[in-house]
Amino acid sequence: MKLEEIKNILQCEVLTPEMDLSLEVNTVLASDGMSEILAFHSPGALMITGLTNIQSVRTADIADVRAIVYIRDKRPHEKTVDLARQKKIPVLATSLGMFDVCGLLREKGLKGAM
Amino acid sequence: MVEELLKKTFTIFSRNFDKAGENSTEIKALLKSLNFEPDIIRRLVVVAFEAEMNVVMYADGGQMDFVITDEDIRIDIRDQGPGIPDIQQAMQEGYSTATDEMREMGFGFGMGLPNIKKNSDFLNIESRVGKGTTVSAGIRLNANA
Repeated sequence: MKLEEIKNILQCEVLTPEMDLSLEVNTVLASDGMSEILAFHSPGALMITGLTNIQSVRTADIADVRAIVYIRDKRPHEKTVDLARQKKIPVLATSLGMFDVCGLLREKGLKGAM
Repeated sequence: MVEELLKKTFTIFSRNFDKAGENSTEIKALLKSLNFEPDIIRRLVVVAFEAEMNVVMYADGGQMDFVITDEDIRIDIRDQGPGIPDIQQAMQEGYSTATDEMREMGFGFGMGLPNIKKNSDFLNIESRVGKGTTVSAGIRLNANA
């Protein structure tokens, strides 16, 4: 599924508008625990998290995550978004909570990477 | 005799969460530039990152050596910190002594050491309470050939 489609399903705001949303993701890692994200090998996955600090991007980079969706209307600090830009990881934000985000994406065919 | 091909030493600063993980990111870039297999890079970098985060969170600082030999790639970490009283217990998934601050950073859910173990071919932890901990972990290159 393209990031563009995910953006529409979750009614996301795109925090890195200059980045390409035609990238494809097929699996999802969803957690607020960064070691949980690292525990599963799924390069190219979409990461869904409520953790908005700089470690979320660091972890995404280490885990070869393709894009991040921040949930519950949380907005990462500018330095977090800057690091994501540097690492070429598109960043989106939605007002939906974890359950609804996962439910909606699962319904549309995305699979859990865990 | 084991031949050391590359060694790089990194300093890890205590509780500097903004910079935490930068060393592991550098190791990742280095391994990529040396054309290692993606799976080897991923495993070693998860090991380095989790170990680095442990030092940032728990210790008063430390050093990380990144070493490539003709037999393995590994990280050797030495920290000055509280030490681990019961290593067996610390290795159990879910066991954690993390503070709220650490959990707010997304760490301290009792997965760090288990992630290191899962992604390494060898792991040695030595710790002295009140002094510090040394961790040596890595990937054997011949086992992955």
